[in-house]
Amino acid sequence: MMDQAVVNLSGVGKTFSRGEQETIVALEAIDLTIAQGEFVSLIGPSGCGKSTLLRVIGDLIHPTAGQVLVNGKPASRARLDRDYGMVFQAPVLFEWRNVTSNVELPLEILGRPRAERKARAKEMLELVDLGAFGEYYPSQLSGGMQQRAAIARALAFEPALLLMDEPFGALDEMTRERMNSEVLRIWERTGTTIVFVTHSIPEAVFLSSRVVVMSARPGRITKVIDTDLPRPRSDETRESPRYFELVTEVRETLRHRDGDAPSAGVASANRTMAEGVVG
Amino acid sequence: MSAAAGDMPSAAGAAAPGRRGPSRALGGRARRLAGDLLPPLVVFVVVIVGWELVIGMLGIKSFILPKPSEILAALQANWDVGYSIWPSAQATLIEAVGGFVIGTMAGVAVAFASARWLSARNALLPLAVAAGAIPIIAFAPLMNNWFGVLSPLSKMMMAAVLVFFPVMANVTRGLTQVEPSALELLRSYAATDSEILRKVRVPNALPYFFTALKLATTLALIGAIVGEYFGGVSLVLGRIIVQSASSLKFDATWGAIVMAAIAGIVFYLIVAAVERLVIPWHASVRGDVS
Repeated sequence: MMDQAVVNLSGVGKTFSRGEQETIVALEAIDLTIAQGEFVSLIGPSGCGKSTLLRVIGDLIHPTAGQVLVNGKPASRARLDRDYGMVFQAPVLFEWRNVTSNVELPLEILGRPRAERKARAKEMLELVDLGAFGEYYPSQLSGGMQQRAAIARALAFEPALLLMDEPFGALDEMTRERMNSEVLRIWERTGTTIVFVTHSIPEAVFLSSRVVVMSARPGRITKVIDTDLPRPRSDETRESPRYFELVTEVRETLRHRDGDAPSAGVASANRTMAEGVVG
Repeated sequence: MSAAAGDMPSAAGAAAPGRRGPSRALGGRARRLAGDLLPPLVVFVVVIVGWELVIGMLGIKSFILPKPSEILAALQANWDVGYSIWPSAQATLIEAVGGFVIGTMAGVAVAFASARWLSARNALLPLAVAAGAIPIIAFAPLMNNWFGVLSPLSKMMMAAVLVFFPVMANVTRGLTQVEPSALELLRSYAATDSEILRKVRVPNALPYFFTALKLATTLALIGAIVGEYFGGVSLVLGRIIVQSASSLKFDATWGAIVMAAIAGIVFYLIVAAVERLVIPWHASVRGDVS
């Protein structure tokens, strides 16, 4: 069981210090294991540390407590082994490179030969339905197409783990839903393990095998919800009763944590704690 | 249904698919060039004709402001005899280009050092800003003293000092102001610092660099001509301006000014053409923004 874990976090904490006095606890006591081929979403209010957690997994931020193992290795080793593909909210495509050449960038850094780079970029662009747009420059593409190019780039070197930080947060609702179906199709075809940070409850439920609900100050895992919706998921999934139940469950979990604020009643705080135990 | 079907290119791309696409038509490019050139050309002709007519109608004396036709006549009369404006313009342009090259190389070198080492940036930038605030004219006698009043090098150094600051400041900005997520992306590939420099920082700095170079073309000419005011060989535009003005030959003064302007425009256009070749992908080159 453990040797199948792609991500294994135990007791992970991150404290930012601002000057001598002030410290901010961004993450506290995070335990999470993600198995091969899982699609796990991190959801929570702003400032709950979900993006920080993603960067801790990706070795872009070093934790101040606990242990991060990726494929059984320390995260720093995994980064050097190029185990990560990253997709950000902004596509971060380089304007001086056309789409094909952007997708080739990680392969260039990995020192792959030119012919292999070309073939791989073509294959990846076809996977994300951008086969005809390889010669275009990023500024000539719509936001959704740019983000698909970014996904193609992230998958180009077949990373073990795809880390996505609110990748569709800047897209309109309709494009976002289409991109969600797209990402599921890609996930099902490639079998890549995905960790996905989002603000959107429907997006988290629709995509994930598990939704990790987080709370802010300090950033903690409130509850992990299994989304046992049948696959493959489609537009019908979004209309099924079980989907609405899960959306409601995630929403209530998030709301109860908001009730934790000093102004809120004791009852809701207690209920949240009870749920925390269940989770 | 494929997701691509409803997900069309952005308005800019869709509105003009042939313009920036891989199969850009040469005719379209020529037509755009003509469209760019025609309005300023019309304004230029109107101003020149208006100038000619207004001077005549108001009876303004030639030594206050000569007519364009008189300036042209003075240019012809002093082309390679008399004040010898043509060889002088060449000499001044050589000084300006020399200073442009020296100042650019120094500016780029300091920019790379300050982008690479934070300590260098902290040490150099305040000094550079302070030095850049010194009026250039104050340097001219010193440069003549250090590099020889008769040597073109003293004028080149004047130009180089003026060119240095915008190049250094812009290139430093271009090398350092990279999107944080771009750096995170490269770090997630375990890219080395030199790979990040080559693949991200340098291409990111190129538009800044060319902006500075276009500015530097005129600055280089100003530096060279100001240097010439403070003494040196006589066959340069700066000396012609000083000497013709002191002997009230203002039509020749204007002739030299016109030549300086033409040299500046040609210098600028050459740099702008190189920019088009080197960074065809940039918005300022493609004409998306102006």
